[in-house]
Amino acid sequence: MRLPLAEHRYGEHGVVLPPERSDSNDALDVDLDMRRQLYRSMREMRTFEKRAYDLFMKQLVKGTSHLSLGMEAIAAGFGAAMQEDDYTFATYRGHAHTLARGVPMTPVLAELLGRANGLMGGKGGSMHLTSVEHGMMGSYAIIGAHLTIANGAAWSAQYRGSGQVAVCFFGDGTTNIGAFHEALNYAAVYRLPVVFVCENNLYMEYTSIRDITAVAHPAADRAAAYGLESIVVDGNDADAVHLAALEALDRARSGRGPSLVEALTYRHGGHSRADPGKYRPTGEVDAWKAYDPLTIYRERLGRLGVSEAELDAMDATALALVDAATEGAIAGELPSPESAFTDVWADGGWSWRN
Amino acid sequence: MAQLSYRDAVARGIAQEMRRDERVVVVGEDIAGAGGVFKTTVGLLDEFGPKRVIDTPISEQAILGAAMGAAMTGLRPVAEIMFSDFFAVCWDIVVNQIAKTRYMTAGQVTMPLVIKTGNGGGLRFGAQHSQSIENWAMAIPGLKVVTPSTAEDVVGLMAAAIRDDDPVIFCEHKGLYAAKGEVPDGEIIDTLGTAKVRRPGRDATILALGMMVPRALAAAEDLATRGIDAEVIDVRSLVPLDTRTILDSVARTGRLFTVEENPQLLGWGAEIASLVADEAFWDLDGPVQRITTPHIPLPSADSLEDLVMPSAESVARTVEKALQS
Repeated sequence: MRLPLAEHRYGEHGVVLPPERSDSNDALDVDLDMRRQLYRSMREMRTFEKRAYDLFMKQLVKGTSHLSLGMEAIAAGFGAAMQEDDYTFATYRGHAHTLARGVPMTPVLAELLGRANGLMGGKGGSMHLTSVEHGMMGSYAIIGAHLTIANGAAWSAQYRGSGQVAVCFFGDGTTNIGAFHEALNYAAVYRLPVVFVCENNLYMEYTSIRDITAVAHPAADRAAAYGLESIVVDGNDADAVHLAALEALDRARSGRGPSLVEALTYRHGGHSRADPGKYRPTGEVDAWKAYDPLTIYRERLGRLGVSEAELDAMDATALALVDAATEGAIAGELPSPESAFTDVWADGGWSWRN
Repeated sequence: MAQLSYRDAVARGIAQEMRRDERVVVVGEDIAGAGGVFKTTVGLLDEFGPKRVIDTPISEQAILGAAMGAAMTGLRPVAEIMFSDFFAVCWDIVVNQIAKTRYMTAGQVTMPLVIKTGNGGGLRFGAQHSQSIENWAMAIPGLKVVTPSTAEDVVGLMAAAIRDDDPVIFCEHKGLYAAKGEVPDGEIIDTLGTAKVRRPGRDATILALGMMVPRALAAAEDLATRGIDAEVIDVRSLVPLDTRTILDSVARTGRLFTVEENPQLLGWGAEIASLVADEAFWDLDGPVQRITTPHIPLPSADSLEDLVMPSAESVARTVEKALQS
């Protein structure tokens, strides 16, 4: 898929349509058990994010939140390709990436609700989901920073000879901040076992990425500057993502250095809670909603012989998980006042003086 | 016991810790092959090899991000920011990432790293290579901030910083790199969060940090010839802060002066003045006085830089005037 942007000029952002739907990717080398897992994983993410949205509307979730509705294939495809002790670094749009590492839903949702049983006891919130025991090394809310931090985890893995890989997800807007370029050069110089994944959803917050980027593919077209292969993948196709993930992870694990993968996708909603996403042309939104990663994948599974009943059952299981998590989160206690004063320092406390 | 320069003490402190702990690694611009632009890492590459002592591109965000990610996953990096002024280009990593991640993750992440940096003025480098940034770092919850003033303290505080499980901003004063001091043989380990009384005295307490310590001591010697017996405390560690040593001294002398290299507004001494006002007001026989660089960028010309930075003379003059009024 090539975006028609090379001649693009500021302000001339036309509609960018998704690829034509086809059954050609049915033949990709992904076995049916993995495909079931990918569908299940995407359905859980989708159901979870919709619930998060509903809980916002009920004002149970405070602050802000950035949903990845429409972008599930990337989180699921990579999540299923990673080994248990690999590292994930995500952005503030990190709910799905957290679930993709096997973090249970209840503490994630409870964290969004600011409860004591939240993943970080209510001290991090939606934008900072972290579960070190699952390899979820954090969600980072300042654009660009976590690419450099993922390098550090990769460096540590390389130093220790552990065979671990760090995978770092970020949006198209990140490709225009300095830290992106520092991090790519750094990773390439030291051949770090790190995979950078640009989730190009065509919009940097409220602005068309085409309007403010010198090249058509904000990540892939920069890869050559760091001696990396230019990789663009259909980010709405879980199989395509999964295969690209396996290849990049293998490359990193075998000492062949970093990869930069640009996955083209679209977010169904706005940038954040505050954004209705009205700056996007109607035809574009509708076309991408029709090219929904769950819709196209469900159809594929159908063509490959998975019954509607089985797919419905998977949907029902996901819903039951989200319902249970909602109950568990809403039932959670508020954090203790004392907890505001813990964990500033390694000794557990916050004292700055004797 | 040997005479050691402040700059050699930096390398000695790091080497001491690298010998005992394989997790300690060093990264920064020109720190490996060249031994650092200030020659504070000379010998480390030869002894520990290129896997542990690594030259980096001019990418301060990438350097500190790498240090952070490595610290989160089992290493104990020492990263150099060549001039502390360059913190301005990677402050996000320091402030938003390194300092806050333990707290935001409810203690899931430990951040044992040291950021060493050439700090301070007096070298005629002008306003972009001379700043004293301790107060920037001190303002951020989650960062420890240390500035040694002697070679022995450099070794011991560096060791303590590397062994500490929290991030430490280790400010080396550029104006002291050539200064020599007696350093005991063998392993030296100091304690973060401890001030040192460098010169006991009865009449006034003078707090100083980094290069202001020798200046405060010189001022105290000068004052002694005129009958004023000043106590000089080397604060050494701003976070954690040894308030006991400071408050005890003020209780004895009744007067407090801070000697700060930073521009005036919100310098570290302001916090201590506030603390003393809160907790030791009735011990004071007169107002707390802060002796700082005025609120200006540092000029380059030697005559101007000397004019605006606190000097032994300006400290002595200020203290004497205050005590006589």
